[in-house]
Amino acid sequence: MSKVAVRLVLNGDDRAVFVDPGQNLLDVLRRELGDLTPKYGCGQGTCGACTVTVDGEVRLACLTLAEAVDGCRVDTAAGLADGAELHVLQEAFMEHFAAQCGYCTTGMLMSAATLLRDKPSPSRDEVVEAISGNICRCTGYEPIIDAILAAARGSTTGSGRR
Amino acid sequence: MTLRTECAVNAVEAARVLGGDSRSRLSAGGTLLMRAVNEGDPSFDLIVRHADPQVLSLRLQADRLHIGAAVTMSALLASPDAACLHAAARQVGGPAIRNMATVGGNLFAPSPYGDLATALLALDATYTSVDDTNPRPLESLFALRATHTVAGSPIARPPVVLELQCRRPAAEADFRFLKVSRVKPKGISVMAIAVHLPGSATGARLQQVRIAFGAMGATPLRAVSAERALEGQTLGEPSIAAATAVALDGLHPDTDAIASRWYRQTVAPVHLGRALRAGGRR
Repeated sequence: MSKVAVRLVLNGDDRAVFVDPGQNLLDVLRRELGDLTPKYGCGQGTCGACTVTVDGEVRLACLTLAEAVDGCRVDTAAGLADGAELHVLQEAFMEHFAAQCGYCTTGMLMSAATLLRDKPSPSRDEVVEAISGNICRCTGYEPIIDAILAAARGSTTGSGRR
Repeated sequence: MTLRTECAVNAVEAARVLGGDSRSRLSAGGTLLMRAVNEGDPSFDLIVRHADPQVLSLRLQADRLHIGAAVTMSALLASPDAACLHAAARQVGGPAIRNMATVGGNLFAPSPYGDLATALLALDATYTSVDDTNPRPLESLFALRATHTVAGSPIARPPVVLELQCRRPAAEADFRFLKVSRVKPKGISVMAIAVHLPGSATGARLQQVRIAFGAMGATPLRAVSAERALEGQTLGEPSIAAATAVALDGLHPDTDAIASRWYRQTVAPVHLGRALRAGGRR
């Protein structure tokens, strides 16, 4: 079966790739384009470890047909930092011990970054809702919620609880 | 599994391609189909998708809500006209799933999924398809689904849905949606209950009562006996007791990883009572 040509803008860079028919975006990002930040967790849309944005909307890369993003902008956690300068959310996650094993972290970051873009001062409930599709089996979520609220305040330290 | 894909120019073309290949599946938002791909489902090898703009429209016309089949849960939540469906749409997955999952896809979601379809059933939704542009009751689609599946795989070609239509409740408090789940804030349904009680907001006698259960059968089902128990009554403890006493009539829950058949049967009347006593959408 012939491959399908796909062009996309990945974290601001024009990329072109040949994908297999039916291949999911997560496979293409990790295997063909070398971006290992989105993770394979469940392949069922349950865990959120593969969360990316497509044209600014959060999506699950494991459930996205790769050829359907032809011509789209795809952003992953690899594009959050500006060179050596970490994104405010990444700083906040470190300060609040919001990552333990780290497997869920990149998906959490993408959900959180999209929330803060759309709602710069979210309530705690809005943060909980924004990461409701991302499962973390280590932290119990509280450090993650605190980190996102701290990042929203522009402060990476201190309790984010309201 | 070697897959093929085809992007049709419109819904009619997609239906033609689907009709010509028994091992094809239509991709809506992909949340169900790509999951099957990832699991190596051998029952299909052709994925058909289409980008027909007519299935993306969402409008209110003469108190009927018209929802294109490819409208996503997020698009529903962004529309004030679709406020009656917000409680159900909000319960579908997290934000990423809601950006992908479509109303049309939800109609074909296997139990215990399909929360929005349950709400649509309680709002007397109808659907149009490529093959039949006359609105047909959603129940007929569910009956088709139930009849034409073996072990969850379709053995007959399901219709390519174009649009859903449903009535908009006259008062917000007339419509209640309750999702029962073990996981907070989001989890898969133990059951979903949608109740439309025209007249309840004003304390009038109830007319055209609709009660629909999700995850209490292979497809969303109406609790017709409970509806009859409330019809013509005012909403109060006697009528609620009469309805919950017959809540299970016509329901056929299965045992799955979320709950057993016994558990679902045991708690369904309790949750129906809660939904009936609630003051509006939840």
